[in-house]
Amino acid sequence: MRALLWRDIRIGIRAGGGALIGVLFFLTVVAVVPFGVGPDLNLLSRIGPAILWIGALLAALLGLDRLFQGDREDGTLDLLLMQEHPLALTVLIKCLAHWVVSGLPLVAASPLLGLFMNVEPLAIGATTLTLLVGTPAVTFIGAVGAAVAVALPRGGLLVSILVLPLAIPILVFGVSAAYAAVEDPAPFLPPFLILTAITLLFSVIGPVAAAAALRASTD
Amino acid sequence: MAYFGYIFASYLATAVALLGLIGWVVFDLRGRRADLAELEARGVRRRSAAAAEDR
Amino acid sequence: MSESSLSVTRVGDLANPTRFIAFVGRVLPVLAGVTALLFAVGLVMSFLAPEDYQQGATIRIMFVHVPAAWLSMMCYTVMTASAIGTLVWRHPLADVSARAAAPIGAIFTVLALLTGSLWGKPMWGTWWVWDARLTSVFVLLLMYLGLIALNRAMDDPSKSARVSAILILVGFINIPIIKFSVDWWNTLHQPASVVRLDGPTIHASMLYPLLVMALAFTVLFFTLHMAAMRNEILRRRVAALRRQAARGR
Repeated sequence: MRALLWRDIRIGIRAGGGALIGVLFFLTVVAVVPFGVGPDLNLLSRIGPAILWIGALLAALLGLDRLFQGDREDGTLDLLLMQEHPLALTVLIKCLAHWVVSGLPLVAASPLLGLFMNVEPLAIGATTLTLLVGTPAVTFIGAVGAAVAVALPRGGLLVSILVLPLAIPILVFGVSAAYAAVEDPAPFLPPFLILTAITLLFSVIGPVAAAAALRASTD
Repeated sequence: MAYFGYIFASYLATAVALLGLIGWVVFDLRGRRADLAELEARGVRRRSAAAAEDR
Repeated sequence: MSESSLSVTRVGDLANPTRFIAFVGRVLPVLAGVTALLFAVGLVMSFLAPEDYQQGATIRIMFVHVPAAWLSMMCYTVMTASAIGTLVWRHPLADVSARAAAPIGAIFTVLALLTGSLWGKPMWGTWWVWDARLTSVFVLLLMYLGLIALNRAMDDPSKSARVSAILILVGFINIPIIKFSVDWWNTLHQPASVVRLDGPTIHASMLYPLLVMALAFTVLFFTLHMAAMRNEILRRRVAALRRQAARGR
């Protein structure tokens, strides 16, 4: 299992710079927003955490279709299916590796982008923290979409369409926790804990459902 | 009657949507039956039906 | 061969698509008649119903809006039951049922949103509010459309059946979480102008037309669903025969 984790991380870092593309997409989305809403720094700092979250969500979805596609193309997926380990566990490991390669860079880039959006330091910290906790949930639930679309020739767009409605709760609690840290009356902890609970729940639902979908689409 | 336009529009929308569904179902059925008849005319038939007559 | 077909006859269940088609042929005219009757009665009752003291004549929109909204949710429940049928019992008709229900559910959801919008304009002064309920139904519509897109992308039903069943189930597990999160999100930034829908309890003079209309919508749904299932079976038969013909029999 550890070997699989390292293998996936190495491939992810090496092959085609997928992680870098995700961060670049994140950067571009966030950079485009001021052109849409205007350079008003007060407005930007108000909507900053939300823009960061939306950008990170879209960037995380962008790389999802590669989660199983590469393994399917070179035949590794068939080997993984034949292993005696529970397939759900294998999928969980693959999700973690995918998150380390493509989710963690987004989290790391978010403070810098927060500065661009004139977000105050406390809110930057809160947004980064919620992204750290929330982006794994996007990967887990996205694994279901990736597994469903793995057999399709052009599944990438379909994955986003299928996964986005399911990812709405992550966005809601992530953003509201980030705002609760700076807006006074709202407490930070309840939405943050709910976000954590959603991540844990999706870490179970996602791999199990993705494993079932992988079996169904290959046999 | 006040707001007649809104009420009329919502009933009209309902009628259009439901009749549209009914129409879709009916025309789909006709289309598929035509497909089957055309295949039958070409001599393509289900293996089970062919086996039943051969017996 | 003949023994197995005899046992199917004896069990008399509808698992066999051919028997199901025969069953639909017998039941469908009856259901269609009941639907027409219920709609006739329901429409007359909803036009005779008194006007609401608060909402005026627009209350009549409720008689089509609320049943459509109910049906949009019931249809997803039917699809979930079918998904369980596909995954647990591998029932041959379960996937047909789920596939046939998706477009019908999407249309009912669009109808609920559309009539809700037409009700909201005179009552709230705007076509759309990001109210918790409206938003949840909108997300439901997105899920229907995603499932339809998936069904269209995977044309081989033997492969797509279990895959889309898994997606339906994951969506069903997610619906309460989505509802909860949307409620949370809505109380966070509640717009001031929204009138709460669940104001006074409903009066009997409006409840009965609503119930009849809801029943009419429900029977119509089952009629449409059965007919669409028959179409889906025939579609698969045509596809199988085309493949057979292409192989040269």
